Amino acid sequence: MNRRNFFRLSGMASIALMAKTAEASHGPRPGAPEFWGVLVDTTRCIGCRSCEVACGEENGMFVPDVENDGALETLRTTDETQWTVVNHFETSKGDVFVKRQCMHCWQPACTAACLTKAMEKTELGPVIWHENRCMGCRFCMVSCPFDVPKFEYDSWNPKIQKCIMCWHRTSVGDKPACVESCPTDALIFGHKRDLMEIARMRIYNHPEKYVHKIYGEHEVGGTGWLYLSAVPFEEIGFRMDLGTTPYPEYTKDFLYGVPLVLLGFPALLAGMNLMTRPENDEESGVHGE
Amino acid sequence: MARVADERQSLFSFFKDQLRPRGKLITPFNVISIPVIIAGVIILFFRFTQGLGATTNLSQQNPWGIWIGFDVVTGVAFAGGAYVLTFAVYVMRMDKFHPIIRATVLNGFLAYVFYAGALVFDLGRPWHVINPVIGNAFGYNSVLFLVAWHFMLYMTAEFVEFSPVITEWLGLKKARRVANSLTLAAVILGISLSTLHQSGLGALFLMAKPKIHPLWYSEFIPIFFFVSSIFAGISMVIFESTISHRVFKMQMGPGSHERLNEIIIGLARGATIAMFVYYFFKALIFIHDDQWALIKGFWGAWYLTEVLGFVLVPMVLFAYGSRHKAVGIIKIAAVLTLIGVLLNRLNISVIAFNWNVADKYIPHWMEIVVTLTVVFSEIWIFRWIVNRMPVMREPGALGSPNRKRELQSLN
Ligand code: SF4
Ligand code: SF4
Repeated sequence: MNRRNFFRLSGMASIALMAKTAEASHGPRPGAPEFWGVLVDTTRCIGCRSCEVACGEENGMFVPDVENDGALETLRTTDETQWTVVNHFETSKGDVFVKRQCMHCWQPACTAACLTKAMEKTELGPVIWHENRCMGCRFCMVSCPFDVPKFEYDSWNPKIQKCIMCWHRTSVGDKPACVESCPTDALIFGHKRDLMEIARMRIYNHPEKYVHKIYGEHEVGGTGWLYLSAVPFEEIGFRMDLGTTPYPEYTKDFLYGVPLVLLGFPALLAGMNLMTRPENDEESGVHGE
Repeated sequence: MARVADERQSLFSFFKDQLRPRGKLITPFNVISIPVIIAGVIILFFRFTQGLGATTNLSQQNPWGIWIGFDVVTGVAFAGGAYVLTFAVYVMRMDKFHPIIRATVLNGFLAYVFYAGALVFDLGRPWHVINPVIGNAFGYNSVLFLVAWHFMLYMTAEFVEFSPVITEWLGLKKARRVANSLTLAAVILGISLSTLHQSGLGALFLMAKPKIHPLWYSEFIPIFFFVSSIFAGISMVIFESTISHRVFKMQMGPGSHERLNEIIIGLARGATIAMFVYYFFKALIFIHDDQWALIKGFWGAWYLTEVLGFVLVPMVLFAYGSRHKAVGIIKIAAVLTLIGVLLNRLNISVIAFNWNVADKYIPHWMEIVVTLTVVFSEIWIFRWIVNRMPVMREPGALGSPNRKRELQSLN
């Protein structure tokens, strides 16, 4: 019996229905289809924000007026009305535009956080949200290393808002709306394995053009969205201190310990109680009443 | 038949009598708490009709405020006294602590009902709170799932631990025997669950690694939360029993003052040990992670304030107080410890959370009013129960004085 099975067995015996803690892996199951992802080549992005418009139209969200709103002048984050935003950075190599949205992590913190399974890592890769399950605890927001899930604070019936990689399209193999709308092919939709190959080839063919790093290859255990850049990623708003450990790993040790405590402690405590029992105490258990 | 009707009649008049307020209505506590509770209820109405944004300063950057950081995370740590004392009294049979066990268990139970219950105010979609309970969406891998379940199970255990008091109040002899026989099992379950959810509250923040200031983040947060809940709970028991002793004086028999002092000295000894263990761990991690480099600027000073001013100092005071039987000093230490635990919980969940983000969260006054509403309501219910059930009274004194008559008619 290996470690995992041992924990699973002991867990099932435990009272708190924690049997499945040992299954904390969020990776693909064997034989599952490969995860979809998108490669963003920031050197190709011209900051036209067609993706923002396409996203809003496709998903019934806010559609920005890209001609007139001057939004590129400020550094924005996605919010509860917009699942994706393009930011402008002035760098050592000139203007760079970066589209941001949910990274669709391979082992997402948000799904590990969610106690209702409202956040779901689908078998095809996109991380989606189920309105009928979510209780609005916002633990996904606390846990997501990229601060992606957003909450509707001004509604009595609030939703969590985040990019779902156009699940209605990707679930049948179509491209997300943003990818389709991109006039410069800065976005490529595909399986991570293929995307990695394209990315590596571009770096290999133009070593002077790109930094030799693909953001998302290893970050937080690998993400579905990958980024190429001409300048160090710190310069275009990416955090470099997130590590390569999948975030659910951080709670795994704790969750493994749970069945052990639930099985071991009661026995231990009952033993202590017996040991402290005075010789002449007839009645076991309750005492002192 | 007539007898049954009689009993029903007397039971009815009993409850009617018990519902009547006891004591003066105009007391300083009432004068402050009643307006606050009314305001809190009004605010909650707006919170549920207009969303969390209308009454809180929460934001996309700061999704959790004091309703989580104080009510739930700190409130539950303060309620740790119940599992510590039931361990001492029922598992280790330390009879010395017996006189305060009922009040402590009651306090623990109410704290969970109110403070953990306040979680519902903070949920955006509270009607789905049932989802992780009825099993149509079990997020087994979620720490929050575990904490939520343990809250519920623990409340049940606490209720069972307290149930002998209720049966005595109602004069139900048979039920009392049943309730009594369940106590030890409930205690053992309760302690196991407490270990897990006290540490589980810390584990909630494990995935927030990039957001919490490195002086407060550690993979051992769960252990710190557990150990500190021991001395937080003990300090709360010292604090609370000191106040209760004044307020409910007439309910306690002769000699209760000396006995309470003995108890407090014993508790101080326990707190000293727990704090020493906590400190030892903290120091180990401090050295191992080379945190010296982080002790600088505001955050360094703030960290030292917490771990020196509100952990080390009260630890020394506890040790001194228990050795020299200086109850006054112990009480000061208890208050300092409570502040220290409050700081620690708020630092991790609110203050040092997203410490490097420009828009810092500062609670809205309405959030504070709702928090006070929760605290005051708990005290109201606590007082209501203590004035009616044999909580502070000498154990064994069945029922309230005016219950004697009905007792006789029942037996
Ligand atoms: S980026 Fe955040 S919201 Fe998106 S999958 Fe990863 S953890 Fe979840
Ligand atoms: S807010 Fe909703 S989606 Fe996010 S963790 Fe809570 S229940 Fe899950």
